[in-house]
Amino acid sequence: MRKFKSVMSVVAATALFAGTLAGCGGSSNTSDAPATEESKAEETTEAAEGEAPAANSGATFKIGSIGPLTGGAAAYGNAVVNSVELAVAEINAAGGINGYQVEMKGEDDELNAEKSVNAYNSLKDWGMQFLVGATTSACSLAVSDYTHEDNMFQLTPSASAADCVSYDNVFRVCFSDPNQGLASAQYIAGHSLGTKIAVIYDSSDPYSSGVYQTFAQEAANQGLEIVSAEAFTADSKTDFSVQLQKAKDAEADLLFLPIYYTEASLILTQANTMGYAPTFFGVDGMDGILTVENFDTSLAEGLMLLTPFAADATDDLTVNYVKNYSDKYGETPNQFGADAYDAVYVIKQCLEEAGATPDMSVSDLCDVMKSTIVKITAKGLTSDVMTWDASGEPNKEPKAVVIQNGAYVSVE
Amino acid sequence: MTSKKKRIKDNLITYGIVIALYIVMEILLKTGNLSSHLKGLLVPMTYYAIIAVALNLCVGILGELSIGHCGFMCIGAFASAIFSKLTADTLPDGIRLFIAFIIGIAVAALFGFLIGIPVLRLKGDYLAIVTLAFGEIIKNVINAVYMGVDSKGVHFSLNNVMDLGMEPDGQVIINGAMGITGTPRTANFTIAIVVLLLSLFVVLNLMNSRDGRAIMAVRDNSIAAEASGINVTGYKMMAFTISAAIAGAAGVLFSHNITSLTATSQYFGYNASIMILVYVVLGGIGNIRGSVIAAAILYLLPEMLRGLNTYRMLIYSIVLIVMMLFNWAPAAIEWREKVVNRFVKRNA
Repeated sequence: MRKFKSVMSVVAATALFAGTLAGCGGSSNTSDAPATEESKAEETTEAAEGEAPAANSGATFKIGSIGPLTGGAAAYGNAVVNSVELAVAEINAAGGINGYQVEMKGEDDELNAEKSVNAYNSLKDWGMQFLVGATTSACSLAVSDYTHEDNMFQLTPSASAADCVSYDNVFRVCFSDPNQGLASAQYIAGHSLGTKIAVIYDSSDPYSSGVYQTFAQEAANQGLEIVSAEAFTADSKTDFSVQLQKAKDAEADLLFLPIYYTEASLILTQANTMGYAPTFFGVDGMDGILTVENFDTSLAEGLMLLTPFAADATDDLTVNYVKNYSDKYGETPNQFGADAYDAVYVIKQCLEEAGATPDMSVSDLCDVMKSTIVKITAKGLTSDVMTWDASGEPNKEPKAVVIQNGAYVSVE
Repeated sequence: MTSKKKRIKDNLITYGIVIALYIVMEILLKTGNLSSHLKGLLVPMTYYAIIAVALNLCVGILGELSIGHCGFMCIGAFASAIFSKLTADTLPDGIRLFIAFIIGIAVAALFGFLIGIPVLRLKGDYLAIVTLAFGEIIKNVINAVYMGVDSKGVHFSLNNVMDLGMEPDGQVIINGAMGITGTPRTANFTIAIVVLLLSLFVVLNLMNSRDGRAIMAVRDNSIAAEASGINVTGYKMMAFTISAAIAGAAGVLFSHNITSLTATSQYFGYNASIMILVYVVLGGIGNIRGSVIAAAILYLLPEMLRGLNTYRMLIYSIVLIVMMLFNWAPAAIEWREKVVNRFVKRNA
């Protein structure tokens, strides 16, 4: 038995080495020969594989994307990766960027910063030149340390925490948490939607507590009174009667919900059962509430939210995007997807503006992108006018919508 | 071969495997043959091996089932990250990391000791439940804490950042659920391997010492051990505290290898603790070398299967079942022995 154990440990150690060596195999030839086996992995768009024009001798731009594709937050990661895929397929069908085709690959991070870095490294081996990701804040933050080291251009669609864009090579498409909190407080005060405000937020979620923090700070400046601020955590997000009762007892006339739509739908249902009907006000995480299963959407009547994207907007861009997305993936896209879709087109616009080619090094491309993105004015799903400054924050107008008759209606 | 010689040889094989792995990796690294994906996996792989060693000390040598060991890792990670963040500009990297290790290990050991006082009076399943609860408490408390430092000293709050009432020059260290961001990333593979070797050295020597024999006697029959004059509680505390300290060291590596440290369940929840337990059980309870190998393989496996996309989760689970059966099912053991015997006979 003892002997067998040592045999086993040798076998196991050999297997380990073999595994690691096998992992090394692909690394040396990815950078300048995109047609390796790795690049034909499943996530690669069909268009990029099939229609790469021979004239460019196979040179392609490579966009990588990272997000939680499995687990509880899979909806966000899949929206991002699918939208990148959709945008890349459209760009390829229309002739690519500067005549070069584009390839994309999405990797799973399971909402885990450690895995996100692994995903980034694996994409780097694939030959990624631009990163559209990571989808969530903590992951994006961890990855940005590595992109900064490698000087790779990172444009995150939806990582909203303030620190995410602290490096000069990282930009974002969405509003930052502080901006959302700020805009919400200013909007509520500016339109006198309420004076006594209750807040229910998720203290275990950086996004939610980040928005709440700046909201509370700005509310004080705006003369809004926060009469009740109650938290819940990811482990206790099914029963909100206590938080709602406190808000009701404090006679709050506006309930601010800087949370995701799944919990918000429960809060609306439970508030209705209690007979408590303040004005509900949400931020961009609220987008998607009309698609929650078994949720009586009439309860969302009058709900206001600040969101950059509304899936039932009627402009051509949104209509096309929503139609193509639902045809391909069988569901209505959310604002995460819209941000990612915009991100790809922003990269395209920058590359075209600068006349960049795929044979440039990752670092050179990053320098080109950094200097170009601050000059361009982009138009996309999430805003008609988007500009960036060197801080990495986008300048765009927050849009407030109110739900009327089961649909978003813009308010002014 | 005497048992002592055999034991020394056995230990040397364990160190040898780790050192061989290190040398191979370093050669690949220096010659530029290592993919960046694998390069990034080296440090995590090592700290999971370290915490597997720590848990094996608790589960295999002490015989107490702990399913909250990631809680100690969490404490070590946060204690050291707070220190490193505070001294990021004042101390050079090497000294800072060294002191961070001491702090992380000491704080984790202290908590191991404190938790051990009430917990080690329980046995078996009860202990498992309490450690589970403890791991969750740590995670939830850290998630609720806000801590900031300014010219007036340290501020704490359980509500929000505004309640800290800091001066404008203040720096927020722990930002509630957002955790600690911006810890200097100073850990590397060499340091991780040194820590792994040190923890192996501590655990293997403990096992073969007088204290270690006493601990194993407590495991095998605590009544008999007590009757022979062994201080049962004392030895339990000793093993549990050392185990917590090593888990704390793994935490220090964790927090110094990633810039955004959050006390979320992906890293420190009971699922993570169970994952470590899987490494230990699969590597063999009480078999320290097995823990290291199992941790390394099982951490690398899902990453190496990335090409299979979401199917990798399924394959990973199937591999777990197959490995468990292959290692421990009586029929599989019998079959393996038959194969080995035939192989040995043919060679003879």
